[in-house]
Amino acid sequence: MTLVETAAKATAAPSRAAFRPPPAATLVAGLALALIGVAFLWPGLIAPHSPDVADPVNALLPPGGGHLFGTDQLGRDTFSRVIYGTRPSLTIGIGATALAALAGSLLGVLALAGGRVLDEAIMRVTDVFLAFPGLLLALLVVAVLGPGTTNATLALAASATPGFVRLARAQALVVRRSDYVRAAVILGRPRAAIVLRHILPNALPPLLVLALVNVGTAIIAGSSLSFLGLGPQAPTPEWGAMLSDGRDFLSTAWHLAVFPGLAVTVTVFAINIVGRSLQVRFEGRTPGAGL
Amino acid sequence: MPATLRWLGRRLILAAFVVFGAATAAFAAMNLMPGDPVLTILGSTNPTPALIAQVRSDLGYDEPFAVRYAEFLGRLVHGDLGQSYQLREPVTEVITGQLLPTAELALTAFVLALAVAAVLAVTTAGRRPAVRRVVSALELLTTSSPGFWIGILLLTFLSFRIHLFPAAGGDGVNGLVLPAITLALGMTGVFSQVLRAGLERALEEPYALTARARGTGETAVRTRHALRHALIPVLTLSGWALGTLLSGAVVVETVFGRRGIGRVMATAVIGRDVPTVTGVVIVSAVFFTLINILVDGLYRVIDPRLRQEKA
Repeated sequence: MTLVETAAKATAAPSRAAFRPPPAATLVAGLALALIGVAFLWPGLIAPHSPDVADPVNALLPPGGGHLFGTDQLGRDTFSRVIYGTRPSLTIGIGATALAALAGSLLGVLALAGGRVLDEAIMRVTDVFLAFPGLLLALLVVAVLGPGTTNATLALAASATPGFVRLARAQALVVRRSDYVRAAVILGRPRAAIVLRHILPNALPPLLVLALVNVGTAIIAGSSLSFLGLGPQAPTPEWGAMLSDGRDFLSTAWHLAVFPGLAVTVTVFAINIVGRSLQVRFEGRTPGAGL
Repeated sequence: MPATLRWLGRRLILAAFVVFGAATAAFAAMNLMPGDPVLTILGSTNPTPALIAQVRSDLGYDEPFAVRYAEFLGRLVHGDLGQSYQLREPVTEVITGQLLPTAELALTAFVLALAVAAVLAVTTAGRRPAVRRVVSALELLTTSSPGFWIGILLLTFLSFRIHLFPAAGGDGVNGLVLPAITLALGMTGVFSQVLRAGLERALEEPYALTARARGTGETAVRTRHALRHALIPVLTLSGWALGTLLSGAVVVETVFGRRGIGRVMATAVIGRDVPTVTGVVIVSAVFFTLINILVDGLYRVIDPRLRQEKA
């Protein structure tokens, strides 16, 4: 086994598992995601209060009464902040995944289509980036660029890209050997047209599954960065940042520690269940879908 | 044996290449940093032009790019990772000084995760689908929660509510329990999924049947025969586990106010102390690469078929 394979296995491993969610669970998870989508697009429809209006008289109220999740140290409604927090929290995870999937797929296909030298160059650089384990590459990028929503997104995109490069290249390799690509070559179709019209679309499904699973991972990583103060800055109601703000009041206001984290967990759990169901469906149809 | 030596030589050369690449990326990062690093080091004080020039030449920032790159690599070979902007001491000393508490935390979490996962897998593998399904769902749930949130919950309910554990610091065993549980939780879920899948495969192998035919009890078949085989795929996860432990330590040490590399890393990233960050990243890349070689080497020990000249 080569270094490359080990690294690929190591990055791919966490999503490889035997759990098959029952259809009912997938349905519930799907509905939860739809609801989260509403909170993402139109938070005002669900949230009863503004996320930013301070009301010091009613600070640190426990859940109940007029405030479903209680209030924070400035008297802001925690439930409304959790709802309004959907957008900033998910933007980082979805944005980073979209960037990584796009850049990774293009680089992976380019590596295969562009000849030996380019292939070697892209894959060796990918190996180097795979040697930065976990969040460390993202932390390096944030240290260089500075904190903030955009930079945190770029950082997480950078750390997820190598995985997409590997999978895209592996998929494209399988597709290239297929009969319909051979037929296109024999028909004399231009190289670029074969890559764009035949190879890319057929290599796509497993990449989309990886992207979905990666959204969950990136949401957790994004909330970790925000928790460290490296994501969206105050007063943005981002979930990780809310948990960080609530830390000083843990002895009196337990609700500040519970609800923003619960929001992350419910979202990522729902994404993982749907992702797992899709994985099971794609398994066997396309080699490498288990990645 | 020569095949193994050749394999090792090849792997070490590849590893040297990867570490060299990682160091280059780190150097590029240091130089890509927007703004003048000299001003970052001097901080908010209003420095005189003479002082700026002094610091610049002290740090060698007045040299051409290629010279600085060569000097950076030269120092790196001697184990010199540069000077921390924030702490004003050599990064190598900062890292070696903080390595022990993090190693203690990471190792405890790793052993805990593996032990709990082994118990869960041995008791549920191939058994009643309902139980198995509930445990699988719980595993997925733990991998879906941010580690630092679990830590905050444990703190809120076990330290502040019922004062079972110290809320911060606490260097003894008591101070280690909650951080280790926090760090172990997500990993336990992944380990037990992989172990259960491996056990279920192993229990259908002929040697499991042979053991049963000899009258070996079910528990003994599982723990003495099947578990060993199921542990092999877990070995593959070592590199991933190291990354998870290190990234986890960054947030967990911050939540629990523990000393260690993770805390240093978090502070350095916030303070944009790039030499410290790159130092930690380079050291981790070296560890990560070595662990991957070690794991592949262990495979060759466990499975003699891999020793034949092929790869």
